[in-house]
Order: sequence, then structure tokens, then C-alpha cells
Amino acid sequence: MQLAKKGLVVKVKELKTDVAVVKDLEVSIGRISEETWAEPIGPTPFPSITDLREWDFKLLQRYKPFYLPFCDVCCLCTFGKCDLTGDKRGACGLNMAAQQSRIVLLACCIGAATHTGHARHLLEHLIEKFGRRYPIDVGGISVDVEAPVTRLVTGIRPKTLGDLEEVLDYCETEVTHLLAATHTGQEGSNIDFESKVLHAGMIDQVGMEVADMVQISAYGFPKADPEAPLTEIGFGVADVSKPVILVIGHNVPSSVGIIDYLTDKGIYNKVEVVGICCTAIDITRYSSSLAKIVGPISWQLRFIRSGIPDLVVVDEQCIRADALIEAQKIKAPVIASSPENCLGLENRTKSPAKEIISDLVEKKVPGVLILDPEKVGEVAVETVMAVAPKRKKFNVIPEVKEIIKAAQECTQCNECIRACPNNLPIPDAMKAAAKGDLNPFAEILENCVGCARCDSACPNDFPLHSFAIKAGEKNLIAEKFKIRVGRGAIQDVEIREVGGPIVLGEIPGVVALVGCANYPRGGKEVAEIAEEFAKRRFIVVTSGCAAMSIAMVKDEEGKTLYEKYPGGFEAGGILNVGSCVSNPHIAGAAIKIASIFAKRNLRANYEEIADYVLNRVGAVGVAWGAMSQKAASIASGFWRLGVPVIVGPHGSKYRRMLLGRKDKKEDWYVYDARTGDKVYGGPAPEHLFTAVETKEEAMVLIAKLCMRPNDTTKGRAIKLTHYVDLHKRLYSVMPDDVHLFVRNKADVPLTMKEEILKILEEKGWKERRIPDPTLLPRLIRKKKGD
Amino acid sequence: MGVKAEPWQTAEIAGPKKALLILKPEVVVAMVKRAKRPILIVGHLAAEDYSDDVKMIDYAIRMSRTATIPVVATAHMTTEFIKRGFQPAGWMPAMDIGNRLKDPEWKGLDGTGPYDLAMFMGLPYYMEFVILAGLKHFSKGLKTISLDRYYDPHASWSFPNLSVKDWNEGFKIILSKLGEK
Repeated sequence: MQLAKKGLVVKVKELKTDVAVVKDLEVSIGRISEETWAEPIGPTPFPSITDLREWDFKLLQRYKPFYLPFCDVCCLCTFGKCDLTGDKRGACGLNMAAQQSRIVLLACCIGAATHTGHARHLLEHLIEKFGRRYPIDVGGISVDVEAPVTRLVTGIRPKTLGDLEEVLDYCETEVTHLLAATHTGQEGSNIDFESKVLHAGMIDQVGMEVADMVQISAYGFPKADPEAPLTEIGFGVADVSKPVILVIGHNVPSSVGIIDYLTDKGIYNKVEVVGICCTAIDITRYSSSLAKIVGPISWQLRFIRSGIPDLVVVDEQCIRADALIEAQKIKAPVIASSPENCLGLENRTKSPAKEIISDLVEKKVPGVLILDPEKVGEVAVETVMAVAPKRKKFNVIPEVKEIIKAAQECTQCNECIRACPNNLPIPDAMKAAAKGDLNPFAEILENCVGCARCDSACPNDFPLHSFAIKAGEKNLIAEKFKIRVGRGAIQDVEIREVGGPIVLGEIPGVVALVGCANYPRGGKEVAEIAEEFAKRRFIVVTSGCAAMSIAMVKDEEGKTLYEKYPGGFEAGGILNVGSCVSNPHIAGAAIKIASIFAKRNLRANYEEIADYVLNRVGAVGVAWGAMSQKAASIASGFWRLGVPVIVGPHGSKYRRMLLGRKDKKEDWYVYDARTGDKVYGGPAPEHLFTAVETKEEAMVLIAKLCMRPNDTTKGRAIKLTHYVDLHKRLYSVMPDDVHLFVRNKADVPLTMKEEILKILEEKGWKERRIPDPTLLPRLIRKKKGD
Repeated sequence: MGVKAEPWQTAEIAGPKKALLILKPEVVVAMVKRAKRPILIVGHLAAEDYSDDVKMIDYAIRMSRTATIPVVATAHMTTEFIKRGFQPAGWMPAMDIGNRLKDPEWKGLDGTGPYDLAMFMGLPYYMEFVILAGLKHFSKGLKTISLDRYYDPHASWSFPNLSVKDWNEGFKIILSKLGEK
């Protein structure tokens, strides 16, 4: 029996019959039920913001918040500003801990609302285009559990696009409640704020899953395909002899409109369509032959200023707020296509296409807002073909002599370096440039996140980011790589094959490299992490900008990682699941291991599945360049599910970590589900959320965080091998906590036996039992006295 | 030395409570001498900054040896210390040492009690900024010093923004007055 959250409501404005005229008739038929799913409903269908609070508290008891206030005051109401330093409270009574968790909740609400809004736009558009009864199909016969997150959270099994409307209704309701909790005079406890953060993350996962499910189903993206095609990525991929349309953002319908128009008109070989950020990933899922990827979000300014795009189409999310200004500099018209990002442009959705095209070509307007993806397609293509010959790739990249002249005038005031997130040595580069040497500027571009705060900071208004682009021009033009198109979901059969080895620890872990491009030292470090763990036979899963960065490194033979490693969910695989909204396929894989491999009930059974994942599935998320509020909510969705997340150093600015204390033995007890005994399970995983400084530190921590209390001795020995090996290689010493991860002598890797046994002896180590671990007393099968 | 209490990264504004400026190196010397349980936390940039001739890590080692201050190496800094023939007292992620320093119950690396002075160097500026903020708000009985050449407003005490030359000279005075031979 399937219970839908909402009943059937029929509204009739006016009904005329032979006997009567009825106005404003409303008939409600309660809840609709559907007899199609044998799995029993679990304890928490459509959970409210408090239904999973107990589970959250269990997590937060072990992984306590370490607050890192980015700001000492609160300025959210007119009582303020309030000084919250130390143990002071604001005028509303809130203290610093609660304020920090409140800000984290705000960030996660923004993230969850953004993905849910994205999903809503997609769903409405695709229902309008294909109808409510259009079937959901993310993998054909290879994927039976089509919506693991949605099933787990809501307890429904969606079959058609229309089934997802109530799922999004639920998400929207929850986000509203969560946001309400941040109002002055609402929640006062930091731990309850944290619980709500976890709820926001869970809702975010549902919203993302809906978004990706509907676009995979309706647009025919690769359906759980390990051999999804390779496509081109890089600054140099565009054929600049053709008119070039640049699409930026995350929500793909307007880009699909462009491809469809080109195809319908048979002119697909006359225009280049290239993209930046997740819209680029998704448009290549739609057409890997007609669309190309320029790069991650940090490539926006360098590509626009280069003058290559003849027209820019923006949709939503992660688009520079000055995209219109930058496009105007190179005389490229802009089409905004999302209600979330109108850029102050006139809404021309209802104007005839020819009029809009004429206005853009004649430069009567710098851009237009068009909220109709098909019309965007027509206007973009016809406009770019008319504009390109006039623009002649006009760009705003300075000539070398201009850079030298500016550098000679530079006062070395240091405002540029003080504005740079990565403290890049721009003043030194200016000194060198003054002597004609642009190499330091080229090096800067390698580690640049493309924010151009240096431009804004310069009191002389020197376009310093453009100086770096010019210096690195040759390298940029040579940028041509291969990326595997986003494959979407993980097949059920793949889960069956690897579920056992993962849970038993024989596949040492699943590493999910996700997130934005706010890297401390360029994107190549993401590729290095990916290859390190693929070589070690972990499963490496990736999405979004991280998936792009992984592609943008070649080996000596000119091959990228996607060409060297398989795209299957298997040991040693590197698989790109897709864009940001594809992240639930990664969470979904963990959920499906519990469901398909371990036969745990999935339906509305969140707590049990999260408990399973936390204690048994050695998965770790890494968001090396995490930047956005969406990245925060994505991470929090993984936390609630029991998957730890590591962020790069800039992630410390999320202002709160969730850290375990391995030195506090009492924090690491679990129930042995076989006996009900409380057993020391070891600090595994040690943290739920932490930021690290360097890629070396990340690698060591990834290997460590893959350990789980349930590992078999064989599995634990394999995991310890990787942890100890990486620690010794990168830290030059043995780990000082290895004794905490050895439960009995069979856990000790054979090749390291001598040195580890010596440590165990020094530490006074004692053998302990391997539990059937759970944090949930209700899962204990036999209690004492039974 | 400059005297402005401006954060190195322009927008990293803090306050109302901000670090006192270390205008004379002797302030550091006095703080170290007064401390019963000092500790020095050294991040990965200490092996890279500030120049070919002046590396923070070398000063950290000299300070540790001179004043018998235990060093915690963060990230992969153990490698750099060992290369230089120095064994740090411990190593752990920067977030972990921050989290422990916040805890008045933590007994320290040697298990004998909490620290009363934590000195930081070599972490990315913004990361040190937030960790010091965490300690400013949530630690008990702990003073912090930022030993980088940048003003870090969340420390109890911090150098102002300094040139490499000024920082170098200042640190030499600190070492000398701590009794380095």
C-alpha cells in the first residue's frame, strides 16, 4: 500500500447543469493509495524537521561542532549589530555557538532551496513538454531502485514525472520550515540548529535527485552507462572560426533549446556550443557530439575576456553576477533564461523572436530575458550567426606592451595580493612584468580561482586577471582534454558486484570527489587525488566542477584519467556521474548497498539505512574546492547519511566542523546487534566534516576515513595498508593512532606486521571483538537475558 | 615595523575584540617566558614561506629548541621537520589541534595538562583566521599568538603586516632574547 502525501483535490470554478449552477465547488478525496509496492512502509515517511532529530543527536554527540566564527557579530535584525564575543549573548538571547549553526543552516537552506527550485523548474518544463505520465527511467532494466534517496526519505516510489510533484511539494515545505527556524526568536539551541542543518542536507539530496531523474528520463541522458561517451573539455576546444555560443550555469533546458534548434534547422555544423560549469556537463549528457565543455566555474572570466564567445546564455547558479558587464566589454549579447537570474534585463519572453534577434544584433539592448527554452534556442542561434561576423572575436585581453607599461607604473601597494583568496604573488609578477617577464603571471593563472578580486582592488584599475590570462594564453589555447560524459545512476548489478567487497572492506573505499573550483592550488590536485586512489583500487566517483578538473590533466602519453581508468562502479574506476544535481547517485549508491546487497528495507527507513552506511560503507566525500551554499547543503546531506566529508582549506570558511575525538574512548562505543553489548568500535570514521590544508593531508585522511567498525579482518588489513602506506610516504612517519584501528592481530597487514606489532606492544594494546555495529538499540537482535 | 592593525586579507574584518599588536619582539619573549605550558603549531606554509633564505620552519625549530616548546606539525609538515633532523612533539590536522586546544579538559600531547599559550605559524591565512576565531570565542584560559608576518585579528597577540626583512629581524631578536646560543 502506498500512501501519497496529498489527497486528490478537484476544484470547479463554475458548473452549469440542467438543474443548477454551482460555483467554486471543491471536492477533496483524502489520500490516494496505490497497491503497487510490496515493501512495507518504514517509520519516517516524509519526515518533518524533528522526526530524525534523535538520529542527528547521536551523530552530534560523537561528532561535536567546532565553531570557527567568521564574524564576531550578528547583524540579522535591527537589535544589532550584537557583539557575540566569547560567552556574550545578543539582544535576542542567542549566543555565538547558536549563531554560527544558524548561519550554517541559512547556507544549507539556500543550497537546498536552489536545488529544489532547479528541480521545480525542470519538472514543470518537462511536464509541460512531455506530460505528467511520462515515465521515469534512469537506467532501464539495469536500475530497479530508480530513486533511492526519494524512496528512503519519502517512502514513495515515483514512476512518472507527475509522481514527483508531491516530492517537491514536500521539499519546499521543509525548506520553508527550516528557514523559519532561523528567524529571530525561533530556535535557540545550537545542537537543534545542527539537526536542522542535517535535515536541510537530506532535503537537498531529494531535490537534486528529482532534478537529475527528470532530466535523465526526459532528455535521454546516458542512463547508468559505465561507457558513457568521451567528449571534449578545455579552453581550446571551441572552433573559433565559427560563431560561438557560451552557456553558463546549471539548469540545462535553454541549452537544450539551442541544440534542438541547431539540429532541427540542420545547421549544427555552423555554430559552436560550449559551456562552463554544470550546464556544460549536462548539455554534453544531452549531446556529446554537438556541445563541448570549456571548464569549471573559474573559467568564466578568462573565456569571456578572450573574446571567443559571440553570445552568452546564462541560466542559474554559480554564474558571475557581472557576466552581463563582462559580456558587454567584448560586445557579446547576453540572454538570461532563468527567473532566478534576470540580470536587470527586459523580459522579452512574449516578443516575437525576430524582434528580439533584431534588437540584439542592432545592439539596441545589451541582452534580454527569455523564459522559454525553445525561444532561447532560436534567438541564441540566429543572433550569434548575425553577431559573430561583426564582432570578429573582439576581446579585452591587453597586449604585452600594455602590461609592461602598467607594471612599470605599479606602486607595489599590495592591495591585489591582499584581495587574492590564495595570496598569489601578484606584486612580484608585476615587478617581473615591468622587466618584460610574464612567466610569473602565467604561473599565477595556474593557481587562480578566477575571482578577479585583484582587478577590483587595484587602485590604478589595472585588469590584473587579464594580465594573467595574456601571460598564460599559449597554455590556455592548448587546453584540450577528454572527459567522460556524466553517466547518471549506478546500476543495481554494479552494486551487487561490489556491495560485499565494500561492506567487508575488501574494496578499501569509495571516494567521491565533488564540488566547486575554489582550489588552493589549482585543479590539478583533484586529478592527483583521483589517480592516487584509483591506482589503489578504490572506487572514485566524481561530479560537477571536480569532474572537470580531473579531466584537465594529461599523462606523458597525452591521456586523461577518463581515458586510462574504467567508468564503472568498480575497484579502480573513475566515474563521472554528472552535474551537481547528480550527487544523489553517489548517496544513492551507498543507500543501494544497504538495500540491494544487505536487503535492508529502504522505504521511509532513513535512520536504519544511515546507521548502516555510517557503520559499514567506507565512503568519503571530498569537496576540494567547495565554495557555494549548495556545496554546504550537499555535504550536510552526506553527513546525515553517515558519510564523512573532507573539504579543502577554503572550506574552513564554512565556519563549523563536525569533529570526532579519537582520544575520547567513550565516544566510540556501538551496540553489537548480535548481543546488545556496548562495544568499542574504534574511531571509525573519525570525523564527519573537516577541512584540511594540503592534498597530502587529504589523501592520508581519505584512507583513514574509509575505515568502518564492520570491516572484516581482511578488509581492515587492506584499509590499514593504504592508510599506513600513505602516512609513511607523505608524513615520513608511522601513524600515531594505528593501534586504535587494530581490533585483533588478523587486522594487521602482513607486510607491516613487525612494525605494527611493536607499536601495539608499546601502546598496551588489547585485542577486542569485531561487533555487528549499530547505534540504534531497536536493531539489537538479542538482548541480555533473552 | 608598521603599526596598523589591518588584517592582511583586506576583507577579513574581525572585532569588536581584536588582537593586540606586537610592536616589539620582546612581547613574544615575555609571553613565552610567562607561559607555563606553551605550544607551537606549525602549518605547511612554514616550509615554503617567506623566501629562499628565510623559512618559517627553521625559526620554529630554533624557537622550540631554545625555549623547550613542543611543536605540533599540521598537514604533512612532519616530513619537512624530519628532513631538518627535528622530531615534532606531535602531528595532527590543524582543525584537530584547534578543537583540542578549545577543550579545557584536554591534557595535552604529554597528558600532563592544558596549554596556556598557543602560537601559530604557517597555516593559510584564512584558515588560521578562523581557527584563532574559534579559540578566541570558545577556549578557556588560553592565549594565542600569530607568529606569521601578517596581522591576524583573532589572535590574542599578532604581529602587524610586516615585510619579510622586518619579520626576519624581529624573529632573530625573539630567539636571541629567549636565550638562543
